Amino acid sequence: MAVQTRRAAIVGGNRIPFARSNSRYARASNQDMLTATLDGLVARFGLQGAQVGEVVAGAVLKHARDFNLTRESVLGSRLSASTPAYDVQQACGTGLEAAVLVANKIALGQVESGIAGGVDTTSDAPMAINEDMRRALLAVNSAKTVQQRLKALAGIRPGQFLPEVPRNSEPRTGLSMGEHAAITAAEWEIGRAEQDELAVASHRNLAAAYDRGFFDDLVTPYLGLSRDENLRPDSSLEKVATLKPVFGKGDGATMTAGNSTPLTDGASAVLLGSDEWAASKGLPVLAHLVDAQTAAVDYVHGGEGLLMAPVHAVPVLLARNGLTLQDFDLYEVHEAFASTVLATLKAWEDAAYCKDTLGLDAPLGPVDRSKLNVNGSSLAAGHPFAATGGRIVATLAKLLHEAGPGKRGLISICAAGGQGVVAILES
Amino acid sequence: MSDWYRDFANSGVGTTITRQLGLPRPAVLRRYEPGQPLLPGPAVVGSAGAGRLGNRLTALLRDAGVAVQSLGAADVEDGERPAAVLLDATGLTGPGDLAGVHAFLAPAVKRLRRSGRVLVLGDPPTGAESPAQAAARQALDGLVRSVAKELRDGSTANLLLVPARTEESLAGPVRFFLSGRSAYVDGQQVTLSGAAGDVAQDELRPLAGTVAVVTGAARGIGAAIARTLHRDGAVVVVVDLPSAGDHLAEVANGVRGTALQLDISREDAGQRIIDHAVQRHGRLDIVVHNAGITRDKLLVNMDPARWESVIGVNIAAQLRINETLLASEHFRTTPRIVSVASTSGIAGNRGQTNYAASKGGVMGMVRATAPLLGAHGGSINAVAPGFIETEMTARMPFATREVARRLNSLQQGGQPTDVAEAIAFLASDAAGGISGEVLRVCGQNLVGA
Repeated sequence: MAVQTRRAAIVGGNRIPFARSNSRYARASNQDMLTATLDGLVARFGLQGAQVGEVVAGAVLKHARDFNLTRESVLGSRLSASTPAYDVQQACGTGLEAAVLVANKIALGQVESGIAGGVDTTSDAPMAINEDMRRALLAVNSAKTVQQRLKALAGIRPGQFLPEVPRNSEPRTGLSMGEHAAITAAEWEIGRAEQDELAVASHRNLAAAYDRGFFDDLVTPYLGLSRDENLRPDSSLEKVATLKPVFGKGDGATMTAGNSTPLTDGASAVLLGSDEWAASKGLPVLAHLVDAQTAAVDYVHGGEGLLMAPVHAVPVLLARNGLTLQDFDLYEVHEAFASTVLATLKAWEDAAYCKDTLGLDAPLGPVDRSKLNVNGSSLAAGHPFAATGGRIVATLAKLLHEAGPGKRGLISICAAGGQGVVAILES
Repeated sequence: MSDWYRDFANSGVGTTITRQLGLPRPAVLRRYEPGQPLLPGPAVVGSAGAGRLGNRLTALLRDAGVAVQSLGAADVEDGERPAAVLLDATGLTGPGDLAGVHAFLAPAVKRLRRSGRVLVLGDPPTGAESPAQAAARQALDGLVRSVAKELRDGSTANLLLVPARTEESLAGPVRFFLSGRSAYVDGQQVTLSGAAGDVAQDELRPLAGTVAVVTGAARGIGAAIARTLHRDGAVVVVVDLPSAGDHLAEVANGVRGTALQLDISREDAGQRIIDHAVQRHGRLDIVVHNAGITRDKLLVNMDPARWESVIGVNIAAQLRINETLLASEHFRTTPRIVSVASTSGIAGNRGQTNYAASKGGVMGMVRATAPLLGAHGGSINAVAPGFIETEMTARMPFATREVARRLNSLQQGGQPTDVAEAIAFLASDAAGGISGEVLRVCGQNLVGA
């Protein structure tokens, strides 16, 4: 078999507006949202009854019933029922990883087209029976006689009725993601004011993008929401400065509800294909996915911050593509927390860190802030974990397309478990 | 929404009660379904004076599979009752000839079936050779409108004016008026202005091979237009505000078209429409300006914002998009535009000075734009809906809605499909001879006739 690769084209995207947790989408399941998002994509690109090569998507918070989430969503959508699908899960990197997987198959010629997506709900979250109860019920289930069954049932205690609520915390440290980020913020001495500035800019940039119609062909309303619910167009430094810190300890705590992403519900999808496929369908090519890299760090014992993996992934990606950090026209650094973005940028500028931790001869240097998250990011839009990658890929692809041919963009997304996914797009 | 009263009046006990009390008896209208014959029975063709269309009418009816009865058969009691009565009145020379109109129509109309059609063909009064001839030609207008008001059981009467040298385009309009597509068009007059009309080769898909754009297509009349154009064979691009995108996606997926979320009042709306249609579907043939808004207030209480938004969306946006379309090399092959006007723009409506002004503006625009599209073999027309059963009219207070529904000759509200059928017809080559016209789809609304 000839191993000749080609760059996968990003044709366009669709997402539903992101809703705050326990709000507009409280009764929508992952499957509902992903199906609606696929149907919006189908409507935008006239894919009714079409068989695309593969649909790849995932969710971070999954119910047991979501075991075949993407395939079930495809079956409920207007796509051809003969479209294959599979689920992926890489925490907040899920959406971007899904796009990379689809792009790689296109690059290898294994598929001509594909859809990458992600969905998450923190409202309709799975709630499990607690571990003791689960074991007790399993024992009841495996009992062979009535006596055994009664005996097993008699073993159930009131405390076992307490449900197990999912927590946004790292299993190995017991710390929440915000608490981890606060440690990193303190280590990198990220100040409150610069975090607030980044947050306000995110809201203003996102609102301006909506106002100029940028999202007209990227977002489809859902359940009465036509813009991201978390967006505060009138956000100001004065207002966010009044918020009390929620992560970190003592006087040095800087992270507030204003400069951290809230829990959010939503879904996104990106349509990819070969150039030939897009041309044959009369579909646009916004940009190409050039290359991608993942990395993971030892945040448990290794002294690195939980959300610092993209810092490690980017230099590998740059070296492989013969690029410097300054060779980009646009940067999309996922705003899990304002402090995460700022620590990431600071680390790339830090000579000692780049040498000692990243093993580089020289620091990567600064990122031109006027090219960073120009249409806002997760602080304003919200961050339904697996849906963020699709949001960023479609947004950046359209921005690069608007800027003209040959423009380059860098995506950096941090993920739970000390992981990170980064990618290069080019128009 | 459902018309409970019409359903009641057509039920067994309802028929008895409404007849005895002399209450309105709205009929279940004969509406078009693909594959149905043009007429459910024979047609009677007659003439008043020495008309020039008789043979042509007979031939085109036979082409359409309609049995044509001889002149005398209409008043034979045991003959099959006609489903349509057509009168060639192009031979009128003066009021004296109108006796022939009466002599033909009276017995024929008496025997007309339910959901029957009366179609009178005449000449426009403006080209008359004498005042007497002009009088006779103008007389047809009052006569046909009155016949329409006398007809019952879902039957309609309309007047088609056929100036000299437009006869070649006759077939399409005649078929439209006889068919179920014109179910809610009553008491109206249409003037042919060109000879370009041509009935489709594929009767089931008269719009096959065309690409159509429908604005305001997320719901109601716009969604019905998209579905009807799709049924007739067009590839449909549906446009609506980004905030209506979820409904729009449903419509797009239903018609296997594409959704374009776009505020038509944006400066670049026309170009974005052209770009989308051409890039995705390779061409652009038909644009239906359906998007419109209402911001009702009495004139004295109307703030500038209400005024400007209605004018901006309902007429200024259409004008701007048309300018872009006319300047585009992609809108050159028999391009067709159909705008949705409103009977409010003709008769006026309390609380709707802004809306009526904008819809009046649409009609002015259509007349003035017709020659510009004619240069490319195309056409532009408007459809003015009366009371149509939509989500919007469903929100009216009960009593107001019931009264509004009955105030027309068909004694019921129209369906969104009725408007859509008229638009699909005007967007087709069958209506090629019609341009610059405003066709009312109002069941002969009694207000502001």
